[in-house]
Amino acid sequence: MAEDFQKAERGRVRVTVGISGTGGGFRKFCRNETDVQNASRPITKGEMAECAKAGVQYIELPVAFDALTVVVNPSNNWLDNGISVAELRRIWEPGAQGKITTWKQVNPSWPDMPLRLYGPGADSGTFEYFTEATVGKARSSRGDYTASEDDNVLVQGVSRDKGGLGYFGFAYYAENRGRLKAVPIIWKDGGKAVPPSIETVENGTYQPLSRPIFIYINAKSLERPEVSQFVEYYMKNAPRLVKEVKYVPLPERAYAHNLQVLARRVLGTRFGGENRVGLTIDELIKLEAKL
Amino acid sequence: MTHGIAPAGLEAAGLRTQTRLVQGVDRSRRVRERLIEAVLFLCAFSAVATTVAIVVILVYESLGFFETVSVVDFLTDTQWTPLFEDAHYGILPLVSGTVVTAAVALSVAVPLGLVTAIYLSEFAPHRVRETVKPFLELLEGVPTVVYGYFALLLVTPLLQRVFPDLPGFNMLSPGIVIGIMIIPYVSSVSEDAMRAVPMALREAAYAMGATRFQTAVTVVLPAATSGVVAAFILGVSRAIGETMVVAVAAGQQPNFTWNPMESAATITAYIVQVALGDLPHGSIGYQSIFAAGLVLVLMTLLFNVLGHLLRRRFRERY
Repeated sequence: MAEDFQKAERGRVRVTVGISGTGGGFRKFCRNETDVQNASRPITKGEMAECAKAGVQYIELPVAFDALTVVVNPSNNWLDNGISVAELRRIWEPGAQGKITTWKQVNPSWPDMPLRLYGPGADSGTFEYFTEATVGKARSSRGDYTASEDDNVLVQGVSRDKGGLGYFGFAYYAENRGRLKAVPIIWKDGGKAVPPSIETVENGTYQPLSRPIFIYINAKSLERPEVSQFVEYYMKNAPRLVKEVKYVPLPERAYAHNLQVLARRVLGTRFGGENRVGLTIDELIKLEAKL
Repeated sequence: MTHGIAPAGLEAAGLRTQTRLVQGVDRSRRVRERLIEAVLFLCAFSAVATTVAIVVILVYESLGFFETVSVVDFLTDTQWTPLFEDAHYGILPLVSGTVVTAAVALSVAVPLGLVTAIYLSEFAPHRVRETVKPFLELLEGVPTVVYGYFALLLVTPLLQRVFPDLPGFNMLSPGIVIGIMIIPYVSSVSEDAMRAVPMALREAAYAMGATRFQTAVTVVLPAATSGVVAAFILGVSRAIGETMVVAVAAGQQPNFTWNPMESAATITAYIVQVALGDLPHGSIGYQSIFAAGLVLVLMTLLFNVLGHLLRRRFRERY
């Protein structure tokens, strides 16, 4: 996004893009160090307090949807019919730490093979969303897995490890389709197994791992012309660019609505500091339209 | 009489000016000398001061860590998950990862480095030595990140052909690569030590009818033991402190195991992994870096002291 904007501005504006997890990003954002913050989950209560303490006011705009994707090695053939959220919980809950180490321990019909786990580090919004959606409580996870904020590391790990299982945003799966297998997700026991895809996110059936992606803009920074230009450029070109980075774009009217929110400088969050698991695109738009 | 006095007075005056002159030169020279001494002292002292400052900061920040975590837990718990809900602060998994990778590295570097050194010092013709040495030194110059990807993308897949069950991240591959990386450290220091062995010893061996190989192994090598041991210790410290290769290729998962076929994290890999995310200052995760760093410093220190003792024990005087 920043790259495209710089090209459109012919180098007149330079956008510096820093990388950290959503948590680390919010810490910088609430210290007034950054103007715009990407987030793979809504702002938390703690972060709202931090921002308030530093006098940072912000505008929250949903920009896309993502399918958090559970991946396994291509040679894995026992998850072709999906994995249930309950099984994911048994694998990832803190109590599994050091105890659940083979596939057979999770489900007796699975092979007696070492279970090797890969996931984002504790600083990441993906980590927080996934733990809340599967284990039931944000940040509640076992710690004995290969944790990296660099999704390429996770791709490397799972693609080379027959007993590997990992999770990250859809984009990294889409780029590495040949080396990984995405696992269909069964939300409620006895329910249908739904694979992650743009369609299943759009029609709201890929649950509970569909999640909205946001940007947060420092309200004071928005007074600077280059920042407001950047955000407007973002909203006008979002459908194309969001697709390019393999997220699911919101309907056009959502971006138009965002522009209105920007124009009216509507401050604060619509989530009250809490994440909402299982939100669909339609529900998100209804929530936003209340403004 | 006056005549006599005058020259004497003149002489005395002349002498005085001369002494004053000498004193003047003397003083400026002394000041310069002092200045140079002070600069030299500061240079030498900066290294000491830096070391002391590092240790002080490590200890100070670790104290905060040990207020929350008991030393016993730290040293005996076999799980290391400081950033997660079920937090454990056992350093053992990181220590085992560090020791195993370093051991694999040494089992590669010591034989290869030693054989290289013996060959270069005792057998190689001048031309060969002058060609091989720069290449060996070039190995030292390769950035360690490059070695990391070399381990991950080339060595690990090759090893997986031999051991199909080897996970994508493991300690064997980075261990081997670190071993290759430290060959020049081991070989060049050992070679210098062997070349320093007096020619007379070799000539005596030849005179007794020993072959070149017998001379190299039974006379030169034992005579050079103190230097060779120093080379090994240098290699150990280098292997323990290596960060990027293990961070890239070993998997960054704290895992209490002595099996090199498993994935694991080393102390250095943990530090670099956690320091990359932005931990809030003063949090337990932040402090854990310092505690881990302290253990690392102590480990290297232990090996340096050991090296010093061994060197003294094996020193040969000629």
